[in-house]
Amino acid sequence: MEKVTTMPQSAEKVLDHAPLFREPEYRQMLAEKKLNFECPHPDQIVTDQRELTKTWEYREKNLAREALVINPAKACQPLGAVFAAAGFERTMSFVHGSQGCVAYYRSHLSRHFKEPSSAVSSSMTEDAAVFGGLKNMVDGLANTYKLYDPKMIAVSTTCMAEVIGDDLRSFIENAKNEGSVPCDFDVPFAHTPAFVGSHVDGYDGMVKGVLEHFWKGSERSQAAGTINIIPGFDGFCVGNNRELKRLLDLMGVTYTVIQDASDQFDTPSDGEYRMYDGGTKIEDVKGALNAEATLSLQHYNTRKTLEYCNEVGQATASFHYPLGVQATDEFLMKVSAISGQEIPETIRMERGRLVDAMADSQSWLHGKKYAIYGDPDFVCAMARFVMETGGEPTHCLATNGTSAWQVEMKELLASSPFGQDAQIWAGKDLWAMRSLLFTEPVDLLIGNSYGKYLERDTGTPLIRLMFPIFDRHHHHRFPLMGYQGGLRVLTTILDKIFDKLDRETSETGVTDYSYDLTR
Amino acid sequence: MGLDYENDGALHAKLIEDVLSQYPDKAAKRRKKHLSVATSQDEAGGEDKGLSECDVKSNIKSIPGVMTIRGCAYAGSKGVVWGPVKDMVHISHGPVGCGQYSWSQRRNYYVGTTGIDTFVTMQFTSDFQEKDIVFGGDKKLEKIIDEVEDLFPLSGGISVQSECPIGLIGDDIEAVSRKKAKEHEKTIVPVRCEGFRGVSQSLGHHIANDAIRDWVFDKDDVDFESGPYDVNVVGDYNIGGDAWASRILLEEIGLRVVGNWSGDATLAEIERAPKAKLNLIHCYRSMNYICRHMEEKYGIAWMEYNFFGPTQIEASLRNIAKHFGPEIEEKTEKVIAKYRPLVDAVIAKYRPRLEGNTVMLYVGGLRPRHVITAYEDLAMVIVGTGYEFAHNDDYQRTGHYVKNGTLLYDDVTGYELEKFIEGIRPDLVGSGIKEKYPVQKMGIPFRQMHSWDYSGPYHGYDGFAIFARDMDLAINNPVWGLYRAPWKKMKDAPLRAVAAE
Repeated sequence: MEKVTTMPQSAEKVLDHAPLFREPEYRQMLAEKKLNFECPHPDQIVTDQRELTKTWEYREKNLAREALVINPAKACQPLGAVFAAAGFERTMSFVHGSQGCVAYYRSHLSRHFKEPSSAVSSSMTEDAAVFGGLKNMVDGLANTYKLYDPKMIAVSTTCMAEVIGDDLRSFIENAKNEGSVPCDFDVPFAHTPAFVGSHVDGYDGMVKGVLEHFWKGSERSQAAGTINIIPGFDGFCVGNNRELKRLLDLMGVTYTVIQDASDQFDTPSDGEYRMYDGGTKIEDVKGALNAEATLSLQHYNTRKTLEYCNEVGQATASFHYPLGVQATDEFLMKVSAISGQEIPETIRMERGRLVDAMADSQSWLHGKKYAIYGDPDFVCAMARFVMETGGEPTHCLATNGTSAWQVEMKELLASSPFGQDAQIWAGKDLWAMRSLLFTEPVDLLIGNSYGKYLERDTGTPLIRLMFPIFDRHHHHRFPLMGYQGGLRVLTTILDKIFDKLDRETSETGVTDYSYDLTR
Repeated sequence: MGLDYENDGALHAKLIEDVLSQYPDKAAKRRKKHLSVATSQDEAGGEDKGLSECDVKSNIKSIPGVMTIRGCAYAGSKGVVWGPVKDMVHISHGPVGCGQYSWSQRRNYYVGTTGIDTFVTMQFTSDFQEKDIVFGGDKKLEKIIDEVEDLFPLSGGISVQSECPIGLIGDDIEAVSRKKAKEHEKTIVPVRCEGFRGVSQSLGHHIANDAIRDWVFDKDDVDFESGPYDVNVVGDYNIGGDAWASRILLEEIGLRVVGNWSGDATLAEIERAPKAKLNLIHCYRSMNYICRHMEEKYGIAWMEYNFFGPTQIEASLRNIAKHFGPEIEEKTEKVIAKYRPLVDAVIAKYRPRLEGNTVMLYVGGLRPRHVITAYEDLAMVIVGTGYEFAHNDDYQRTGHYVKNGTLLYDDVTGYELEKFIEGIRPDLVGSGIKEKYPVQKMGIPFRQMHSWDYSGPYHGYDGFAIFARDMDLAINNPVWGLYRAPWKKMKDAPLRAVAAE
C-alpha cells in the first residue's frame, strides 16, 4: 500500500487524540499494524465470540463463575477508612503497610472529587514484612505529627500489615512511649483488612475506631432529644451533607453529623491550599456520646458502629440512603420523633414540590425498566425511588451486597407491584451485569463511571449517581438525598430519557415526525 | 537546547534549608540527601558540558509518614509494563483494591474489541477473602485461569500480577502457571510484583522485565520473517496515543516497527522482539533491563531516544537514522523538512504566549528530564524538577538537560513540594493527580504529566502541537485571575491571564 504523505496536524486547528487518530494517515497505519504485526484473530471469529457473549448460554457460564471476579463494583476496606478520617477536624489518615496503596486511595478520591486528598503511609517494605512494622509506625507518626500539624491521626491498615499481623493498639502505644506524638494526642485506629468485606466496612471500622477512642471510659449523661447522624461512605457527601444539615436546621434539631467530609472535599479556590477543612470537631465527637440516639444514613456502612452506639446506651436506627419521597419521609419522621421537633411547613412544601414534579413527568417514567448497581444502601434507595416513579428495577446488583441485603431487598421489592419482576444480584460484578443487560435488557442503567463500558457494549444509557464518577464533573456537589435531592435525581433520569428520545427521532425526514418540541 | 538561562540557585538552596528545618532530626538527615541545586561541573564552560551528576541520592526507601507520592511494585508491573499488553488477561491476584484503583487509569490506548480479543480496560481480580489468606490462593488461581479460558477463549495469554499477600502467604503461582500453561497451551506469566518489594514502582518494572525474559522469550514457535529495518519501540505505553504519534514518524523514515512495548501491543509483538535489528527505548527507567538482556543474549543494540518537542525529535531521528545508514538518513532529512513548517507554525503561535514562563516538574522516572527541552522549545524555563523513582543513572542523564541553579528533588514529600511551589511560585506545575488540586488551589496552573491530563498524545510532531496548546490553555485561562474576591485587599500582584485566542 502506498503511504499517505499528507499531514493531519496543524497549528491553526490542533487535533488531539479523539479526532487525530481518525485521520486517514493514522487509520491506515493502525490497520497495517494490526495486519502485519499483531497476529490478530480473523474478524469473523471475533464477531462470533462477540455475539456469543450476548447469549443466554454465555450468561449461564458467566454467572456460574466461582473464583474469577471481573469488573467488580466495590473497593477495599482502607479506602473507606481514609474517606471516613477525612470527615473529622484536621485529621490525617495514616495507613500502616505498603505505600503504594495510599497512592491509590488518594488518586481514587481525587479523581472523583476533583479535590486534594491527603493521607500518609508507613511505607513498609521487605524488612518490615520480616520484622514487623513497629519501627515504621514509630518514625512515621513522629514525621506526620511534625510535618502536617494534625489534630488527630487516624490509623488504618493495608492488607500487608494485616497478613503479617501487626497490632495497631500496641504499636501506637509503643510509638507514644517513644515520644513520636504526645501521650495525650489522639490516634484512633481501625484494622481494615482488604480481604474482608469492602470499603463500606472500612468506613464502619474507622468511624467506630474514632468513637471508641473518644467515648471509652467517659461517663455518658444523656441529652434528651439530641441526635447523632452518620452519613456513611458517600461520593455525594458534599451535596448530601449540606442538604441534610439544612433540613435539620429547618427543623431546629440539636444534632451532630459524625464524619462530615463535605468541606474537606469541597475547598474553595482563593489562592490558599487548605490541607484540612471542616469535618466533625473533636469536641463534638466527645459530646456526641451524650446524644439520645445515633442514626445511620447507610445501614451497611455502620453495622459495627451502631452496635457500639447501642452498647454505650444510645438508641439507634439506620436508613438506606434516604432518597426520594417515602425514604425521606421516614427519615424526617424518625428525627422528629426523637428530637420532639415538628417537621416544619417549609419542608412539607418541598415534599409537595418533589411530588408535583413526579406527577408532571409520570408518563415518561411509568413502566421504564432499570438496572441499578452500587453500594448496598444506594441500590436499595434507588430501587425504591424508581418504584415511586412507576419504574421497574429489573436488575439490582451490589458486588458488596450480603445475604442480609438480599433478604432486605426482596422485602422491599415485594412491597410494590413495580418490584414484582425484579432480580437481586448480591456479590455479582459488572461483567455479570453485561450478560444480564444483553439477555434481559432495560431502558436505563444507574451506577458509576465504570458503567460506561456497559453503556458502550449494550447500548443501555448510563446515569451516574454513585461513587466513583471520574468522567463527569461536579455532580457530587449537588445532593441526592432528601426531597431536593430527589428532584435532582428525577431531573437527571428525565434528561437521559429525553436526550435518548431526541437522538432516536432526529433523523431528518425519517424519524423526525416524533422530534416533538414539547414533551 | 538553545535556550540559555540560569536559575536562582541561592533561593533554591534556602528553600531546601527551610523545609529540612521542619523535619524531626532523623528524617531531616535522610531527606537532605535527596534535595539539591544543580551546579555546573565546569564553570568555564565548553561544549556539551552537562552538569555534575545532579548530586542527589535516589532509589532509596521512602521515610514513613511523610506523604511520599510514590507507588509500589505492583503499580510498576501491572500498571505500567504488563497492563497495556492488550490481548492478554492480567489478573490482579490478591484483594480487590489494587486492581480497582488502577483500573483504566493509565490511558494506554489500544484498538480492539474489549472483552472479546482485548482486555486492557477491564479489572480481573481474584478478590481474595480471608479463607484465601489462611488456606492459600493457588487452588483459586487454578480455577480462575480455567474460568478465563472458558469465558475469554480469544485471549492471547494470561499474566498473574501479585499483590502484597501472595508473597507473604507462600503461594506458588509459578507452579500453577506452569501447570495451567501446559494444560491450556497458552502463555501464562506469573509476576512477583508484590507491593512491599523494593522502594517504589521501579522494582516492579524490573520484575516485569524479568518475567518477559523468563516466561515469554525463547518460545520455539515464533514464526516471523525479519527485515533489515526492523525495530522495536520499547517503553512507550501509548498514553493518549503517544506510541502512534511516534510510530508514524519511524515508519516515515523507512523503519518497520515490528513491536511496540507495551502500549497497544499484542503478546506476539513481545515474543518476536528478539528478531528485530534495534531496540529504540523511550522510557529508559522502566524497560532498560530487557534491552540489556536482549543485547547480551541476542546481540540487539539499543538506543535511547526522546520524542518530546522538535529539538529532541530531530536529534533523535537523526541519531536513529545514523544507525541504519544513508538511505534512511536521507529519508529522515525529508521527514524533518516536511514537519518543519508545522513546528514553525506551532512555535510562532504559542511561543509568544508562553515565553519566559517558569515550570516545575515532578513526575516518574523519565519525563522529569525528557520533557524539559519541549518546554524550552516554547521558550519556557524549567526551574525545578524531580523524580518519584529514578536511579542514579537517571540523575546522571538529567545533568544534560537542566540548567545551573535548577532545584532538584528526589522522592519529594507532599510537604516539600508544597513549600517549594509556594517559595518559587512557578507559572506552571507538571505532576500527577495527587498534586494537581493542591497546586491549583494556590492559583498556579497545572498539567498532569502522567496522563497528559486526559489529552495527548504528546510524543512526536503531532503531539508537540497538542503539548503546546495544552500548556497555553493551562496557563492562559482566565480563571486564575478570578481567585481573589475584589472586596478583599490585595496582598500580591494580580495573577496574570492572557485572553484565549
